[in-house]
Amino acid sequence: MASSHGAPPVFNNKVIAWIDHRLPIFSYLEKEYHTFPTPRNFNYFWNFGAIATVMLVLMIVTGIVLATNYTPHVLMAFDSVERIDRDVPSGWLMRDLHMNGASFFFIAVYIHIFRGMYYGSYKAPRELLWLLGVVIFLLMMATAFMGYVLPWGQMSFWGATVITNLFSAIPVVGDSIVTWLWGGFAIDNPTLNRFFALHYLLPFVIVGVVGLHVVALHVHGSNNPLGIDPKGPQDTVPFHPYYTMKDGFGVIVFLIVYSVFVFFMPDFLGHPDNYTPANPLVTPEHIVPEWYFLPFYAILRAIPDKLGGVICMFGAIAVLFLLPWLDTSRVRSCVFRPIYKWFMFVLVIDVIVLGYCGANPPEGYFVPLARVATLYYFFHFLLLLPILGKIERPLPLPPSIADAVLNKKAV
Amino acid sequence: MASSSIPAGVHGDPTRRDFLMVATGALAAVGGIATAWPFINNLNPAADTLALSSIEVNVQAIAVGQAVTVKWRGKPVFIRHRTPEEIKQAEAVKLAELPDPQTDNARVTDTAKKVRPEWLIVIGVCTHLGCVPLGNKSGDPRGEFGGYFCPCHGSQYDTSGRIRRGPAPKNLEVPEYVFSSDTLVKIG
Repeated sequence: MASSHGAPPVFNNKVIAWIDHRLPIFSYLEKEYHTFPTPRNFNYFWNFGAIATVMLVLMIVTGIVLATNYTPHVLMAFDSVERIDRDVPSGWLMRDLHMNGASFFFIAVYIHIFRGMYYGSYKAPRELLWLLGVVIFLLMMATAFMGYVLPWGQMSFWGATVITNLFSAIPVVGDSIVTWLWGGFAIDNPTLNRFFALHYLLPFVIVGVVGLHVVALHVHGSNNPLGIDPKGPQDTVPFHPYYTMKDGFGVIVFLIVYSVFVFFMPDFLGHPDNYTPANPLVTPEHIVPEWYFLPFYAILRAIPDKLGGVICMFGAIAVLFLLPWLDTSRVRSCVFRPIYKWFMFVLVIDVIVLGYCGANPPEGYFVPLARVATLYYFFHFLLLLPILGKIERPLPLPPSIADAVLNKKAV
Repeated sequence: MASSSIPAGVHGDPTRRDFLMVATGALAAVGGIATAWPFINNLNPAADTLALSSIEVNVQAIAVGQAVTVKWRGKPVFIRHRTPEEIKQAEAVKLAELPDPQTDNARVTDTAKKVRPEWLIVIGVCTHLGCVPLGNKSGDPRGEFGGYFCPCHGSQYDTSGRIRRGPAPKNLEVPEYVFSSDTLVKIG
């Protein structure tokens, strides 16, 4: 059954051969996940695509189970979630897996995104691969936001109010759009119902786009830490068993950290106010979104103008779509970009600072700090990337992956 | 587009086939939009939601200086029995100082055109991002202008519910209301 590079597989099992002749799923798996030539020099940052996929599946499975006990009605939603936590067999586990799973899905995806940025994985010929990734990220944010509304606690309600009100900043039609989104004049039962429907739908849309993301990945294969293309068999190893094992190991380490949160501190990443049932007449003193939205929330609040804040917040994601064309350097990996490398670290710190500002009330020194961090964020993408690519002198690239790897060993 | 070497009707003047193509395409587009509309419209407020659009409130028990919050269309409505000082303060503001210029008088006139400066009736939803401002209960912070203070992003409103400082772009919205007697007000 095993085959070497390029040769079509031969199946000894007659049933498999019969099916494969009519629907070549086994040939496909063999080609794409077994013999698939993969750069031999991946580091552990290359685990996070597989980890994110595992988290997506885990979210769908726990979500379907939770939906069997959840009631999307303003009078019953909160209690039905409490019932899942207290009365439903293993309900507490399903809910804690799902709740923390969202956070860990975002952790995996954020690392995956910064990995792609540091090693230039978005550059030709992988621009579409990157764009599909940003689409997945947007879909994830929409799904997570609507999921957070479902328990119908105070943060659910007021988070939903603030985020849907962003659309009221649109001139002329803003208010009609908000009424349309709500299905009423305030966040109420129609809103909860449609959010539940969409929260169930969007993960499957994500699965579809992940499929396209993987197909696009397999056209030119993965990038690698050196950012140079494999030149032959000496630069690659078959995907299985080398990277199935490495990904498997990474997934397990990640799941151990995740389990610590699920079993020992399930509410650490949540907000206590969400255990107070939603009250449309009282706003909590301090509204914060889930941690994974904090950098964008900080950008929203940093701009002292409503429409301007909304534009900048969406703009912060829009620049990611333009990234492949904003970066003018022909060298992919930051390993060989002595200046940009440091700016990449500064960007990571900047995003963390934004998140810290977003978690705190917009008072005192958080206001100027958030403004400076917002300015830097856009400076990085819109000015630094295009200019630095022209003036930076990259280090010499190694002749091949094998060469770099073997020389490193000799040292 | 037509080049002289190509006979008319092949790549030059529009033919009957071109016309049919465009007409069919246009019809399909119109049909597509017409089909999409009910799906989009389906998400708009339903008749029963719209039917809940008015309430009556008896304001007799609200003493001068007091305020109540009632729920209307799922949102809080602030009904404030203003003191003479608060009224004076609201009337004294120059329009040029206001981000969203509106006289106090215009904000305390009901739909029957009757002015009742002692009653301020506004929707208690901050025009920034929809939080409920503080200031309708005694003991609440009312901000620098004695009206309302939104804790979410720090918008401050005056005793007429007009925006004075902070990120909110507009004054607190005045709902449609009418006093059917001196003590009974219909909102919506």
